[in-house]
Amino acid sequence: MAENFPLLSVLVWLPIVGGLAVLALDALKPGGGDLRLERWLALAVSVVVFLVSVPLWVGFERGTDAMQFVERLPWIERFNVEYYLGVDGLSMPLVLLTTFITPLIVLAGWQVIKEKPAQYFAAFLILEGLMIGVFSALDGLLFYVFWEAMLIPMFLIIGIWGGKRRVYATVKFFLYTFFGSVFMLVSLLYLYAQSGSYAILDFHQLPLSLSEQTLIFFALLAAFAVKVPMWPVHTWLPDAHVEAPTGGSVILAAIMLKMGGYGFVRFSLPITPDASMSLDWLMIGLSLIAVVYIGFVALVQRDMKKLIAYSSIAHMGFVTLGFFVVFAIFANNPDGDGAMLGVQGGMIQMISHGLVSGAMFLCVGVLYDRMHSREIADYGGVVNTMPRFAAFMVLFAMANAGLPGTSGFVGEFFVILASFQANFWYAFLAGTTLVLGAAYTLWMIKRVVFGEVANEQVAKLTDINAREFSLLAILAFMVLLIGVWPAPLVEVMEASIAGLLDHVAQSKLVGP
Amino acid sequence: MTASELNIGLALPEIVLLCATCVVLLVDIFLKDHQRAITYLLSLVALLVTALAVAIQPLAGREFAFSGSYVMDPAGRVLKLFALAAMALVFIYSRSYLQQQRLLGGDYYLLALFAMLGVLVMISASSLLTMYLGLELLALSSYALVAFKRDCAVGAESAMKYFVLGAIASGSLLYGVSMIYGATGSIELAGIAEAVLAGEVLMLPMAVGLSFLLVGIAFKFGAVPFHMWLPDVYQGAPTSVTLFLGSVPKIASFALVLRVLIEGLGDLHESWSGMVLVLAVLSMAIGNIVAIAQSNLKRMLAYSTISHVGFILVGVLVGTAAGVQGAMYYALVYVVMALGAFGMIILLSREGFEAENLEDFKGLNARSPWFAFVMLLIMFSMAGLPPFVGFYAKVAVFGAAIEAGYTWLAVLGVLFSVIGAYYYLRVVWYMYFEPPANEVRPLPAGDLRFVVSANGLAVLALGILPGPLLSLVAAVIPG
Repeated sequence: MAENFPLLSVLVWLPIVGGLAVLALDALKPGGGDLRLERWLALAVSVVVFLVSVPLWVGFERGTDAMQFVERLPWIERFNVEYYLGVDGLSMPLVLLTTFITPLIVLAGWQVIKEKPAQYFAAFLILEGLMIGVFSALDGLLFYVFWEAMLIPMFLIIGIWGGKRRVYATVKFFLYTFFGSVFMLVSLLYLYAQSGSYAILDFHQLPLSLSEQTLIFFALLAAFAVKVPMWPVHTWLPDAHVEAPTGGSVILAAIMLKMGGYGFVRFSLPITPDASMSLDWLMIGLSLIAVVYIGFVALVQRDMKKLIAYSSIAHMGFVTLGFFVVFAIFANNPDGDGAMLGVQGGMIQMISHGLVSGAMFLCVGVLYDRMHSREIADYGGVVNTMPRFAAFMVLFAMANAGLPGTSGFVGEFFVILASFQANFWYAFLAGTTLVLGAAYTLWMIKRVVFGEVANEQVAKLTDINAREFSLLAILAFMVLLIGVWPAPLVEVMEASIAGLLDHVAQSKLVGP
Repeated sequence: MTASELNIGLALPEIVLLCATCVVLLVDIFLKDHQRAITYLLSLVALLVTALAVAIQPLAGREFAFSGSYVMDPAGRVLKLFALAAMALVFIYSRSYLQQQRLLGGDYYLLALFAMLGVLVMISASSLLTMYLGLELLALSSYALVAFKRDCAVGAESAMKYFVLGAIASGSLLYGVSMIYGATGSIELAGIAEAVLAGEVLMLPMAVGLSFLLVGIAFKFGAVPFHMWLPDVYQGAPTSVTLFLGSVPKIASFALVLRVLIEGLGDLHESWSGMVLVLAVLSMAIGNIVAIAQSNLKRMLAYSTISHVGFILVGVLVGTAAGVQGAMYYALVYVVMALGAFGMIILLSREGFEAENLEDFKGLNARSPWFAFVMLLIMFSMAGLPPFVGFYAKVAVFGAAIEAGYTWLAVLGVLFSVIGAYYYLRVVWYMYFEPPANEVRPLPAGDLRFVVSANGLAVLALGILPGPLLSLVAAVIPG
């Protein structure tokens, strides 16, 4: 492949153009007609996008924290905004996660979506392009454009194909995230006013006083905390998850939540290191509340999707814990031993959670498609009628509970190890997740999968078909692969994380 | 007055438009109702010829005519061209609506053309009297337009309200003008600016005059607390007139602010920025909050207009070049969006039925996916979401505010835009998430279909490539 092939642009725009093509195909044959063509087109586009993204992994130069696959063109000259794309070790795995998950979502919606399927697939493809844009944008305003534009397809996905209370859920989702994001816009405008540039890497170098940093930190926190979501601004997530169609839940859990975490490492930590340092107690506290308190909340859920939604919040608490425990470690020993583990753990947790929670939602989707119920009480003894499905679901549940050998273990373990360097009690509280996570996940599994066949409907269940089998098998493979051999992933991120930590360790305060 | 002072050639566009309007007037008298298409085409031609006159006018920077009471500059040229284009769009949108609603008189076009003349005069005003002249021409034509549907009681009532309140505002404006004249000894804006710069101003009459002047401006703009007329007039007027009121006069109002506050009284920025600040904050607040309670789309858009005026005024009160550029960009962009939104109402209206209630948009996605999508583009753009053009308007205005140290105002502004997002979202949710209220598929005329689509796509295209328009605005408003 040519040296200056605009790989990232293709990744951003191909799905968007593909989505529009799906819509156009639908419009050209009025009266519905055969749906097959659109589905196949959507699948083809998403698979091609994934294949195009593979060179990103293969051609990625390890051992440097420089941006790679950079594209840089002037876009809005009046404000010095650039069309500036590039990835480093932090964003590249997330781009791949996006391109990997999207074909699975298209497959998951294959037969299930009856109403306006062309719009459904188009919305996901457009969403995919925008999400890749978020992860690869290196210009602040461009980032914001992708970040906000993403809300539109997601708003429609939940609102059109969602459950009973979909309108409530989707409007809540939209307003919550929009509310958080506008603060980020203000801080971006402020940073532009100070630096005369929108390039994120220029923001990293910009000296700022502590009060400025603190305000910017909170403004960015508003945007990212809502997205992660952190306690106490998490309340939109269970609603959105419960009401969204399966594909929507998967994309929400697998990728959209990661944007909050990504925002912290791309914006908050490097732009406001001193404020992050002085407010680390707050972030660690909120993260631990998410881990412990939300874990308890998950325990009492009766709705499977809600339970997984709460477990997502708890798992994302680990991500933010890993990122901010770094500052406590620096405070203990200036060498920062173990800081590396924290960020790595957070990043791996994001990838792993993307796969595991996506898989869990797909499992619930499989059950929901057959029974049209998400209530745990309506199930029981599924293993008797759906043995193959039960095997997958148990595997993903184990990964969700952080069993060694699955990807869920690696991230949590890294973060707990790092927390020990900071403070025993942080690690202790974080460690409770090993109990809590296992408790709520396995208890749900016990009630849904094992035991006697609960009722006639369960007795009539049919096991997963080839399409569903392949979906879950691919995810299971990835979960196990990262679980037993995380080294390649760690290696890709290592240099970028080291660069980030070097940067974060230096104060950027101006003057005395 | 010498010929060079007179410099009558500079006013060529206005002269052309006046002559063309008179021709239309004369021709229209001899036409029967079924021949109104001729009036329509002639009016479009009149606009086109005027636009040509504006475009070909040789212009070396800033030039004055009529002894300094008339000015032409690059900013004026851009504003005039935009206003003319917007007016042409209004005519195209209105044609089939007027037919449907049996409003066949040619006076719609004539009144609108005279209003257009007023707008052009306002854009070129460089003396307070020229400004007043243009303003009244616009206002009187607008009053008549609102009452255009003769047998409609609501329309007549709105026109009456509009007229009475408008007359008070004009009186206030004129009173302010006289005070300022007394304080500075000059009626030309350049003279006033000189007097202010030299400090030869009687401060008390100046302050009183400025206040009254601002009341008048705020009324014309529709800023809170002088906004009372706006929702009633928007709702009561025939939609084709609302379309006009919501678009072209906004450009004129911006021109008014540009000429009077920025160019004429720029050195008194400290004196008026506080007052404009109050107007801006109140407009953003009241506009966005009250719009939530509306079930009539025209009324909702009226409150949305008020909120957008608030955002425009943020750029004005900042007063820096970036702020004024932001305000101008916002005003232009707002016109594009408003045309699209009111155009959609016209598009969904049928004979004897106006699709002016939110309910009428229910299930539009099932009935006509394409136009639902166009409306979605416009609504999200008005809400200020990227990648649509409305987002960059907010970036331009709030960016300027932050640069000038008004960070808190920007925070307040974005918060109000979050509140505002709710009612734009509601339109989208009615179209996409609700089952259709009826099975009627909109079957608009071909030209209308094309123009609405183009308008919606323009909102998207200007959002994906916002650079050229922003640069254009930056070029005509020098720093």
